[in-house]
Amino acid sequence: MSIENGNGANVAGIPSTGVVITNSNKPLPDGVHLPLYMDNHATTPLDPRVLEAMMPYFTGKFGNAASRNHAFGWEAEKAVEEARTQIAKLIGATSKEIIFTSGATESNNLAIKGIAEMYRERGNHIITQVTEHKAVLDTCKKLEKQGYRVTYLPVQADGLIDLEDLKRAIVTEGPEKTILVSIMYANNEIGVIQPIREIGKLCHEKGVLFHTDAVQAVGKIPVDVQADNIDVLSLSAHKIYGPKGVGALYVRRRNPRVQITEQINGGGHERGMRSGTLNVPGIVGLGKACEIAGEEMAAEAKREQELRDYLKNKLETALDYTQVNGNMDHHLPGNLNMSFVYVEGESLLMGINDIAVSSGSACTSATLEPSYVLKALGLGDEIAHSSIRFGLGRFNTKAEVDYVADKIIDVVVKLRELSPLYEMVKEGIDLSKIEWAAH
Amino acid sequence: MAYSDKVVDHYENPRNVGTLDKSSTEVGTGLVGAPECGDVMRLQIKVNPETQVIEDAKFKTFGCGSAIASSSLATEWVKGKTVAEALTITNTDIVKELALPPVKIHCSVLAEDAIRAAIGDWKKKNGVAEEAGVATAAAH
Repeated sequence: MSIENGNGANVAGIPSTGVVITNSNKPLPDGVHLPLYMDNHATTPLDPRVLEAMMPYFTGKFGNAASRNHAFGWEAEKAVEEARTQIAKLIGATSKEIIFTSGATESNNLAIKGIAEMYRERGNHIITQVTEHKAVLDTCKKLEKQGYRVTYLPVQADGLIDLEDLKRAIVTEGPEKTILVSIMYANNEIGVIQPIREIGKLCHEKGVLFHTDAVQAVGKIPVDVQADNIDVLSLSAHKIYGPKGVGALYVRRRNPRVQITEQINGGGHERGMRSGTLNVPGIVGLGKACEIAGEEMAAEAKREQELRDYLKNKLETALDYTQVNGNMDHHLPGNLNMSFVYVEGESLLMGINDIAVSSGSACTSATLEPSYVLKALGLGDEIAHSSIRFGLGRFNTKAEVDYVADKIIDVVVKLRELSPLYEMVKEGIDLSKIEWAAH
Repeated sequence: MAYSDKVVDHYENPRNVGTLDKSSTEVGTGLVGAPECGDVMRLQIKVNPETQVIEDAKFKTFGCGSAIASSSLATEWVKGKTVAEALTITNTDIVKELALPPVKIHCSVLAEDAIRAAIGDWKKKNGVAEEAGVATAAAH
């Protein structure tokens, strides 16, 4: 059932208090279509130019890139190599350093497990941090069960790690020597960009390999594996307007040459690091997506950041008790994570259910736990429960931002009329002094 | 998550939103839940001192759509009932009426707690003997 179609009229016989959550019979502004997508950290729509590049490789050019002795294979291989070059160019790598995978979850697994296994003789210590994606955290947890020691660095209240913490955590001698540091480039929930260049520099000074999950960063902000001192990097196509089911792992070949133990066996594709017939149309799409992102990055980042700041200002001007989560000086251009304090996130999403955004509220997660990323900031669970993540992308317009802001403002104001917490705060009651029943 | 039509209806058009004078001896206030858990319900009743009939009920809820719907429904159900009758309302009645999925059962538990807490507060104010197990801020 669609809430936005409700006209707020009373159901016969039911007394009304006059509070109506949604009332949107107003005609839609030009250029706004519902449902409206603003959750581009979760995934992105395929760019039509990417689809066009991919199409021939589904039908006529269907060859197996590993077929070495006929034209179909050569044609597929040529397309794959072109994609490799396009991806390498976007991140300052060489094409031989790009390994194709099924996506960033596989890339993260391959990087961390592959390095842990390959360098087991050198040491057993891995360093990561608490706000990583589960693809990194769960992989590290599995390695802990296999006898590796993992340090999960905390983050500061703004979401960034403290380089001094990292410096102290690195072990340079003995059997527990640190073999790998894995720190994400930019966070998928709060959009903060970690000090990657400094982390990489520190790792190289200490002789430790540095992996970064750069899924949210590649194609959005400049990433350069040389300048950033990155040894291994995970990226994904579907976060940058490419297809789902394809990603890549950058593996440094010089200074130092990184070796990775393969996690999938069967034919020795991808220089032995990842067997399996290549997803040629997907790879072509990833390559094209990288090419477009590289060409349009500067202008697009500026446009998205302006829209993001406009959205932020509009919400902050209209509403009291809002809070931006994450350091805004080191931030992805299209990300805004905002808490609408004293309003629960899931109820807010319910009121704007023609708009696709995300919430850190427990009620929206499968585990019924609020966002572990927001909890890691140490801001209190109620901030997580009240949080909304806006993910602006290539296809969002100013008209859409206005529509989203107006709708959020409308629903937050109405839900606060319903909120006992908002009423108490307005009366000057200190909520922290109340003895809440534990449950 | 898909909501039942009844949850959507209560969410869109919540009944009995508001605040009663908590200092009045005729009013009982129940405040249950906790902000860090993501739901807080405040349910208030106004009881006729002669008949013990709940003549008015108001709520405010911080929580998900199911929590809002559960407390909205609770105010509807207690109105017109005597205090004793209102105490017979259970969370399973609310679950059934709103077709709440298993992950939302705690919302109905909280609504039942809120009814009991409001009645407990009213009884305390009016010197009515407290029944065992009824507290002003019942844990759940």
